[in-house]
Amino acid sequence: MATVIIPTPLRKFTGNTASLEISAETVEEAVGKLSTDFPDLKKQLLDENGQIRKFLNIFVGEEDIRDLANEKTSLPNNAVLSIIPAIAGGSIDR
Amino acid sequence: MTNYKDIKFSREELARYDRHIIIPEFGLAAQQKLKAAKVLVVGSGGLGSPLLLYLAAAGVGTIGVVDFDVVDDSNLQRQVLFGKDDVGSLKARAAKNRLEHLNPYITIRLHETRLSSENALDIIKDYDLVADGTDNFPTRYLVNDACVLLGKTNVYASVFQFEGQVSVFNHRDKNGELGPNYRDLYPAPPPPGLVPSCAEGGVLGVLPGIIGSMQALEVIKVLSGVGEPLSGRLFIYDALNFHTRTFKIRRQDENPLNGKNPSITKLIDYEHFCGLKTQVEQKAIKEIDVQEFLNWQTLGESFQLIDVREPNEFEADNMGGELIPLATVAENADRFKRDRKVVVHCRSGVRSAKAIRELEEKFGFDNLYNLKGGILAYLEKVKPEYL
Repeated sequence: MATVIIPTPLRKFTGNTASLEISAETVEEAVGKLSTDFPDLKKQLLDENGQIRKFLNIFVGEEDIRDLANEKTSLPNNAVLSIIPAIAGGSIDR
Repeated sequence: MTNYKDIKFSREELARYDRHIIIPEFGLAAQQKLKAAKVLVVGSGGLGSPLLLYLAAAGVGTIGVVDFDVVDDSNLQRQVLFGKDDVGSLKARAAKNRLEHLNPYITIRLHETRLSSENALDIIKDYDLVADGTDNFPTRYLVNDACVLLGKTNVYASVFQFEGQVSVFNHRDKNGELGPNYRDLYPAPPPPGLVPSCAEGGVLGVLPGIIGSMQALEVIKVLSGVGEPLSGRLFIYDALNFHTRTFKIRRQDENPLNGKNPSITKLIDYEHFCGLKTQVEQKAIKEIDVQEFLNWQTLGESFQLIDVREPNEFEADNMGGELIPLATVAENADRFKRDRKVVVHCRSGVRSAKAIRELEEKFGFDNLYNLKGGILAYLEKVKPEYL
């Protein structure tokens, strides 16, 4: 089992759940399960081609998956997967 | 940077900085380095407030402030640099007054302009380090690219609602090794309309206080050479659960600025890069100004009025329209009439334009009119004494 930590801006798509236990061997599998369990989250995580969006970073433990094996990065038991979106401030176009 | 060893302090300054100087790892030399340094702070808002206050208090010798904005009532919940008497004043000028009062032994330089691709290199080149406290993606990429092109360290912090991030970008360490920059971490901004760039913003006021203070800490560490700056690492603060995490980040070969095959050699159009301009240019929408709107009312023209602001804004003031907040427009598309004109408004016209585009694209509406200037323009015309 891996623990997935949902960033605060995306928690409204997971029913305000901050972290989830997911049974997955790879990052790809974990993201796939998240998308199935939370369809509204899918649009946030994946682009039209099913690729992880470029403004999101995924870390396994302290490491960026781009420095490991990207989506194919394996998730050891008790791995912690963190999703980190780009944020720019609290202002909006009004 | 002036050679810090030539920096002298008056007796008053030595007394003021005593609690720095007596820290064995800091000492007089680090204080001299702070006074010799020139730091540019981009944005004097939520992050810029604690940042500027602490950098000024700490004795950073020259601090530049870039801000074109005016202090608004809604800023005071987090922008502790300002008080109610500053409302309506230019932020940069109000900041200068406050900071000079706090520390008369430093120099505050003002840049009362919006940082742009045209002026950024010219403004930044005279500083040793940049601290980015802006609130939008185009400026984030602009500041990053300018710092990389000029070889300046960019101390980064960002907040959104309950989440904070801090890092030190483009920093050359003591061994001459260059650290990653913003484009290594985030190759592209979020497409408009997706969280976290969608129409729900907001930030818990104390959060930029915490994160901006950490940003000030990193600026002081980089300038003084004391400690290990947060280069090659990304710090995340989740204020809801009080979880903090630090991740490793590295330079990426694909970085278009300084990766294996650089393709960006000068500043670009960042609004376009962030997908903002294309959206505006995509298609003109129909609009009416307040005078035409009033004429329609007087002449008894049949139309529906929709307000796409949030319920709290509606409660504060409204024009008697039906409330359908922007984020819920698509699911409420059937509430928009098709058999008559529909005027859509928000506070100033930006959100209502987004709503109209969405309805036209997804549902094929052709009878929607944006109220130019929104309820602000309406109130100015109808109840000027009220504003």
